[in-house]
Amino acid sequence: MRAPRTWAQDLWGSPWRAAFSLVVLALAAWALAHLLPWAVLQATWAPDAATCRAHREGACWGVVAEKWRPLLFGRYPFEAQWRPAVAGLLLMAMTLGSAWPRVWRWWLAPLWLAVLLTAGLLMGGGLGLPHVPTGQWGGLPLTIVLAVLGVALAFPLGLALALGRRSDWPVVRTLCASYIELVRGVPLISVLFMATFLLPLLWPVGAQPDVLLRVIVGLSLFIAAYLAEVIRGGLQAVPGGQVDAARALGFTRWGVQRHIVLPQALRMVVPALTNNVLGALKDTSLVTVVGLFELTGALSLALGGDPVWRPFYLEAYLFIALIYWVLCFGLARYSLWLEGYLRREHAI
Amino acid sequence: MTHPSPPPAAPPPARGATSSRIALVLQVVLILALVGLVWWAVQHALDVLRARGVRSGFDFLGDAAGIPISEGWPSYSPEQPFWRAFLTGVGNTVRAAVPAAIVAVVLGVLLGVGRLVPHRLVSGLCGGYIHLVRNVPLLLQLLMVAFAIGALLPDPTEPLHLLPGVWLSKAGLSMPWPAQGEAGWFVEWPEPGTFGVTGGAALSPEYVAIVTALALYSAAFVAEIVRAGIQAVPEGQWLAARALGLQPGQEMRLVVLPQAQRVIVPALTNQLLSLTKNSSLAVAVGYPELVSVANMTIGNTGRAFECIAIVMAVYLALSLAIAALMNTYNRRVALRGWS
Repeated sequence: MRAPRTWAQDLWGSPWRAAFSLVVLALAAWALAHLLPWAVLQATWAPDAATCRAHREGACWGVVAEKWRPLLFGRYPFEAQWRPAVAGLLLMAMTLGSAWPRVWRWWLAPLWLAVLLTAGLLMGGGLGLPHVPTGQWGGLPLTIVLAVLGVALAFPLGLALALGRRSDWPVVRTLCASYIELVRGVPLISVLFMATFLLPLLWPVGAQPDVLLRVIVGLSLFIAAYLAEVIRGGLQAVPGGQVDAARALGFTRWGVQRHIVLPQALRMVVPALTNNVLGALKDTSLVTVVGLFELTGALSLALGGDPVWRPFYLEAYLFIALIYWVLCFGLARYSLWLEGYLRREHAI
Repeated sequence: MTHPSPPPAAPPPARGATSSRIALVLQVVLILALVGLVWWAVQHALDVLRARGVRSGFDFLGDAAGIPISEGWPSYSPEQPFWRAFLTGVGNTVRAAVPAAIVAVVLGVLLGVGRLVPHRLVSGLCGGYIHLVRNVPLLLQLLMVAFAIGALLPDPTEPLHLLPGVWLSKAGLSMPWPAQGEAGWFVEWPEPGTFGVTGGAALSPEYVAIVTALALYSAAFVAEIVRAGIQAVPEGQWLAARALGLQPGQEMRLVVLPQAQRVIVPALTNQLLSLTKNSSLAVAVGYPELVSVANMTIGNTGRAFECIAIVMAVYLALSLAIAALMNTYNRRVALRGWS
């Protein structure tokens, strides 16, 4: 099934190839003929609703120019929107920085903690900044906060569940396995509803847990079950001889896990873990169903209540989709790069 | 983690016995702590519920539901009890997941094979679709499809004529469907009229949106599974098939796909499971599947525990059914003598 070397051979080398090429090119021409006038040639770029309404045959990118702040920041108070912007950039920079395997050292954990605290203070208020309740957080910074916090909290739990599922103790093994299978068996939406309805029942009578807290608890409990299975795969792939050898050298049970098994296991499943992070990032969009206005929710918030701009939902959807796509595609490419990098650096 | 048995000259008898006794005690303590925690949580939750005036138990299932469910099978009306509402919810989940799964598998196989076709335009087009769809959240795609149906399609009075007997408009999709008349069964063809399309099977816009979005999204994932499965077949098999004089189509059908299936089926099972669970996103466009019914019920009765238990039980049963079905199929395609 090897393709011929040159483009000309590839496209026109045989009657079948030529026929395929013609079909695809015709399809492309048809799509371009419909899309190009709408998306570019007839499109309105200025934030002017009247012009948009007059040119219905073209896209109205003006809706993005007009609404980019509510789209990106949700309900966050207008004049304080620099705070989520800085917090979001900080978290993104930190994530990008951590993407480089060279910086995977012990000090990364406290640094992350510090960055998370700073981001929390910036968005929530404190240190002289006025308080903004979490119910008003929204948009892209909230999406990033949910993804980062969700995964960060889920990781230790997932690790514990994975180790527990391989434990010698039948009670621990059964408990961990049941948790993982139960959570993986139900949709995320039902877990989010569960967190919304059940967490308040565990709070003192009359008090309500914060909505962001509820969502993050639900999200990380859900992600943890999936991470646990990925980590378990890595644990299983560490050769048993490594454990025996370490025991023979006098390592304790936990010493073997900490110094021999886990470092190898986690390194092996890093690509699968980044895939899970990718899934978590996309899954954050579901929190809009339980009343948080992250990127997807901010969209209906920005356009739903505004009859002037409401007809131009499609353009706003495409803008949001582009943001998600850039984030997710970047993460997917990174995952591929990391796989290759780790294979080169740590070839066994 | 097997350890070599110690030499008989120096047996460590006491240590193993002690550590297993410690393990036993610790596990008992763990169970007790967990039971205590759960007991406390349940008691506290019951107190909170009592303070709010909510009773607990599954007795509400017999009460008249009063929640609106716009469509579904078995048919439902608000004066019917809650268990009927849940049954319709389950029916709606299955009704959305099964057609979506069929379209996703067919489209996914085409895209996955298309990505491996030695023709740059075809493989590029398939790859482009996969990369485009996989990296945007399903919820966003669902909302986009729902918006496109509600705002961009023509009114039901002047529907699009897609195929003979198939009409598409803001009001949904109509297609021919068997109906029972006085002279027995016949196929009823939908007809556009002054007040929209009548006759045949009328599918609501919410239903069309969730099935379309689920199918298009899952197809991209199925395509990657199919591609990986085909690439896992050693190249020698292709060459051997060619050496035997098989045509390219026969190569694929008789030699490669049967072997690729062994890699594809387990991953495909996972994908079908997540497709079923993803159908719960329909709650966002107002299609009344199981989670949506449970959510409305909690809003009306406050019985959160009970409704969530029902949702969990149903999804568990659905997952087990899908897994059993796919495992049966998997046993048929697996290599004999291998598990």
